Amino acid sequence: MAPSGSDAPVMLRLDGITKRFGSLTANGDVSLDLRRGEILALLGENGAGKTTLMNILFGHYVADEGKVLVASSSDGLEDLEPGSPHAALEAGIGMVHQHFTLAENLTALDNILLGTEALSTLRSARAPARKKLEDLMDRSGLTVNLDTRASLLSVGEKQRVEILKALYRDARVLVLDEPTAVLTPQESETLFETLNKLANDGLAIIFISHKLAEVVASSHRIAVLRGGRKVADLPTSECDQRQLAELMVGHEVTEIIRDGGTPGEPLFVLNNISTGAGRDALHNVFLELKAGEILGIAGVSGNGQTVLAKVISGLEHPAEGSVTLEGTDLSRADARTMIDAGLARIPEDRHHDGIVGAMSVSENLALESIRGPENQRYGLLRFTDMRERARKAISAYDIRCQSEDSPARLLSGGNIQKIVLARTLETEPHVVLAAQPSRGLDVGATSDVHRRLLDARARGAGVILISEDLDELMRLSDRIAVIHRGHLSSAESTETLDRGTLGLRMAGHSGEDAA
Amino acid sequence: MSDIIEILLSANFWAAALRIATPLIFGVIGALICERAGVLNLGIEGIFTAGAMAGWMAVWLGAGLWGGVMVAAIAGGFFGLIHAILTVPLGLSQHVSGIGVTLFATSLSYFIYRTALPEVSSPPRIEAFQPLDIPGLSDLPFIGPALFQQTPMTFLALFLVVVTAYVLYRTPLGLAIQAVGDNPSAVESQGLSVYGLRIGAIVAGSAAMALGGAFLTMSAFDAFFFGMVNGRGWICIALTVFASWRPGKALIGALLFGAFDAFQVRLQTEVGSFIPGQVFLMMPYLLSIAALIFVARKADYPRALLVPYFRGQR
Amino acid sequence: MIRFEPRGPAPVFRLILFPVLAAIAALILAAIPMLFAGLSVFEAYGLMVKGAFGSMFAFTEMLTRATPLILTGLAAAVAFRAKLWNIGAEGQLYAGALAAVAIGTGFLSGPSYILIPAVVLAGAVAGGLVMLGPTLLKTKLGVDEVVTTLLLNFVILLFVQMMLEGPMKDPMGMGWPQSEPILDEAALPKLMARMRIHGGLIIALIASLGVYFLLKRTVWGFEIRAVGENASAAKHAGMPVTATFVRVGLLSGALAGLAGVGEVAGLKGYLTADLSPGFGYSGIVVAMLAGLSPIGVVFAALFIASIFVGADSMSRATGVSNYLADLIVALSLLCVLVSGLFLRFKIKFVGVKAAGEAAE
Repeated sequence: MAPSGSDAPVMLRLDGITKRFGSLTANGDVSLDLRRGEILALLGENGAGKTTLMNILFGHYVADEGKVLVASSSDGLEDLEPGSPHAALEAGIGMVHQHFTLAENLTALDNILLGTEALSTLRSARAPARKKLEDLMDRSGLTVNLDTRASLLSVGEKQRVEILKALYRDARVLVLDEPTAVLTPQESETLFETLNKLANDGLAIIFISHKLAEVVASSHRIAVLRGGRKVADLPTSECDQRQLAELMVGHEVTEIIRDGGTPGEPLFVLNNISTGAGRDALHNVFLELKAGEILGIAGVSGNGQTVLAKVISGLEHPAEGSVTLEGTDLSRADARTMIDAGLARIPEDRHHDGIVGAMSVSENLALESIRGPENQRYGLLRFTDMRERARKAISAYDIRCQSEDSPARLLSGGNIQKIVLARTLETEPHVVLAAQPSRGLDVGATSDVHRRLLDARARGAGVILISEDLDELMRLSDRIAVIHRGHLSSAESTETLDRGTLGLRMAGHSGEDAA
Repeated sequence: MSDIIEILLSANFWAAALRIATPLIFGVIGALICERAGVLNLGIEGIFTAGAMAGWMAVWLGAGLWGGVMVAAIAGGFFGLIHAILTVPLGLSQHVSGIGVTLFATSLSYFIYRTALPEVSSPPRIEAFQPLDIPGLSDLPFIGPALFQQTPMTFLALFLVVVTAYVLYRTPLGLAIQAVGDNPSAVESQGLSVYGLRIGAIVAGSAAMALGGAFLTMSAFDAFFFGMVNGRGWICIALTVFASWRPGKALIGALLFGAFDAFQVRLQTEVGSFIPGQVFLMMPYLLSIAALIFVARKADYPRALLVPYFRGQR
Repeated sequence: MIRFEPRGPAPVFRLILFPVLAAIAALILAAIPMLFAGLSVFEAYGLMVKGAFGSMFAFTEMLTRATPLILTGLAAAVAFRAKLWNIGAEGQLYAGALAAVAIGTGFLSGPSYILIPAVVLAGAVAGGLVMLGPTLLKTKLGVDEVVTTLLLNFVILLFVQMMLEGPMKDPMGMGWPQSEPILDEAALPKLMARMRIHGGLIIALIASLGVYFLLKRTVWGFEIRAVGENASAAKHAGMPVTATFVRVGLLSGALAGLAGVGEVAGLKGYLTADLSPGFGYSGIVVAMLAGLSPIGVVFAALFIASIFVGADSMSRATGVSNYLADLIVALSLLCVLVSGLFLRFKIKFVGVKAAGEAAE
């Protein structure tokens, strides 16, 4: 399947790249070749150094050691000026970032044009640009309406605009960072078809991923990064998924297997919930969570998960419908009432909503219960007790910090998540809402999170797990429902579901179509 | 009632409205350029003062009126540069830096004025800009006296609105400024300099603000007084929100404001004996607050406003 | 190119050292315009030190000037802690002063132990109420409080002028727009014979300790800090964010109102429209120099007050404009802003352009 032999010219060479952030070595002596017409998958788990490497390549970061070489016009390789995205673009490197870099107040066309004309030009030459783009769209199949404001584009369309940005600049090397993270399996397939076509036309492509299946299915060659070092570089035809998984993680993969479990009575019910207008709004959502089960909510990001989490957290009130916990109506409850009713909430964006970075670990652990009698008396804080309890939580949850008085912002993402877990789960809540609980965490922290959620389930709590990671959902959930454009499918037992069915539903096909 | 209609129908009234609006047009356009690039510039009040003082003093020292305009713009750009360095590469609080620049520009202007002219009893005067007489247009009935008997700086303000609108919407530079105020990483990933664009926009916007101050000492009056800016800068910040960061709406907002102010001044001569003068003087400030409340719900702030950008942190 | 690396919590000596360095930097920068004005810098600063500390009278004058600055500094510090940008202390000061004369010039009569608390309370309430409006506009409608508080300064000053030319004008004032004098029973006591230093200083020092205790030791203070550092997380954790803003707004306005009370009931004895030479704005500088610490505010206010008093005295001796004081104060604000950067980050100058804190 690989059209590129070792005879195709090298388009890009990374030579001994090393990058350190403080004591952390993000990349250690990484070397890599990319040839014309080749699709290279850069595989590694979160924190393996993939994104850092690509950011060095594109000039967002400067390597401490090593250099980047690109094919010059005269058939050789020449050094790329480090630390300059401008130089990278000039050298024909295009990058599609995981978090899209679009100006939402400009049209698709203007986003593509941005930076391609000299700033002293007195008038943007939109007409010839449009012509060239229409040609490009015809050839590549990447169609978007060029006159739509970026804020109105769908996720898939935004990604197409990002790729068109690179093609419009005649990129010879295209880098995509986790391109399928926000796509349905079907959209991902289309993307890889397009990439194949582009590679056949001579483009050299690197895509970053931590998903084994798509890496094996869609690349010509695979480079595996672990702990910042390249541990393997193999033709795809010589790889299988299990072997790759071991290379990626570094030891035999052990999967968490949940035990059978015995779901109890219905505990928490969302009945016919609708929220206002907008792309993210919910429509007639019904959800019934039983005691002692984990209910997974699958879906591509931006389909209403955030609003759903807000409703359950008491941060947004539904326009219609009711929220009940053990028979108590909580439809108009605010965050305080939800917490007091026994609902633990693990927020999707832990840095933004989970902690107050400037406050200490001990203060963050007391954040939700500061008015509780254990933390204050007559409005005065009980510091000694707060710190005492914090020390216990730090050891029970293995929170790595200098002391309970260190500011929380100095902690790593995994340890911040442990603060959130300790704070919310210590009160033995009846219901746990976990929104993207392992996003951005390394393997160790992720399995910690999973263990805590399974513990809560074993204790008889109901857990709602909102995730974009199908593997995580299928491993942990007793039942899974799919959210698409604000509609939530009915939950079905995980044993009756497979990835294909879920993927179709995530793309908006109903159950019958999938069958 | 007939008095009110009489006011609205007098060419004199509309001429006054345009005159009052002129410094606000400069100020709102200046604030808009900064905020479109993602930086709030609360230095505006002090930059007005600096422009007023610097422009006036240059003319007083013999630089000529247009020389004074140039000097005012350079002074504004200088204080804008201070704000830009503090808020863009250093990423410091835009609120505090802006207040600091206002205090600095104001006190430096006052200090220089007092040092150059110690203890003068009445402020010295210059030969200020005179209304232009445009053959043909100025002689038109009603429209002539209403719109075409203004000083050159008013026409400069109107021209600045057109140029700003054109640059913002039609040129690569304008697209880049709009983008950098919405999502700086969009700009950086397309090979442009976030810092360069922002610093440039703040300096240019501050120069425009200073012209608003210069208008006060070189067109509206012919001398410099302490406290003469009197909150006009803050009013411009409010009007920028009211104008949804669009040059055309900024012009309309400033004109509406000028018309209201001209109207209340005339109303004051009618009913001034019943209502204390301060009530009328409060009107511009209260009106600005009302304008903010009016648009509060739908105000579509540039997304990156107030958010500092550090390279490599996306 | 510069690289910022975040630091851990700063030790106390550094928290004190950096603002001091910033103040010194401001004094050095201010030497430039002084040279242009033909001053001998060392002589001028010598005169300023003498003017602020050279005699018991000078020293008490400095403390008298520091009194309103401590209170407006606290007003700014407590508000900025919650990221409520109250730039309206100037107006709130006038509102407090106006309320004090409304109550203290004959509306109530009685002994000092009733009148003084009444006047103080009235001033605090008036200042707080003025800040309530912008706070509610911010929390309910999302109107930016920076602009509304700034604009209200002008409205309130005009309102004060209107009252002083109208209903509250002193009939014995020989036509000047000033209020009737505060009753002797309502006046804050003098602290020293033949000096102007007054009981407002005691109020200011108590307020500073009170705000310190509130922020450090109470649930309300905890909530103020949490809301200020991360309002979104505070809301997610079930804290009453709106109520916290309202509390902070009322407190901040009340502190500024107290500054006005001190100026009329302790110092001047009556209200005029030129009561404050920008104490509200200088309070922002005081708060920033203090690193928003309520205790630090006292020391920052002493520094700013000695600049003002010293510059007045220097100006009388040399004939150079005392706007120099405002200039030094403004430069202090800009310098302390930059010094904050050195507190939070290690600044490294590196050969090639590089920046970035996070790995993936």
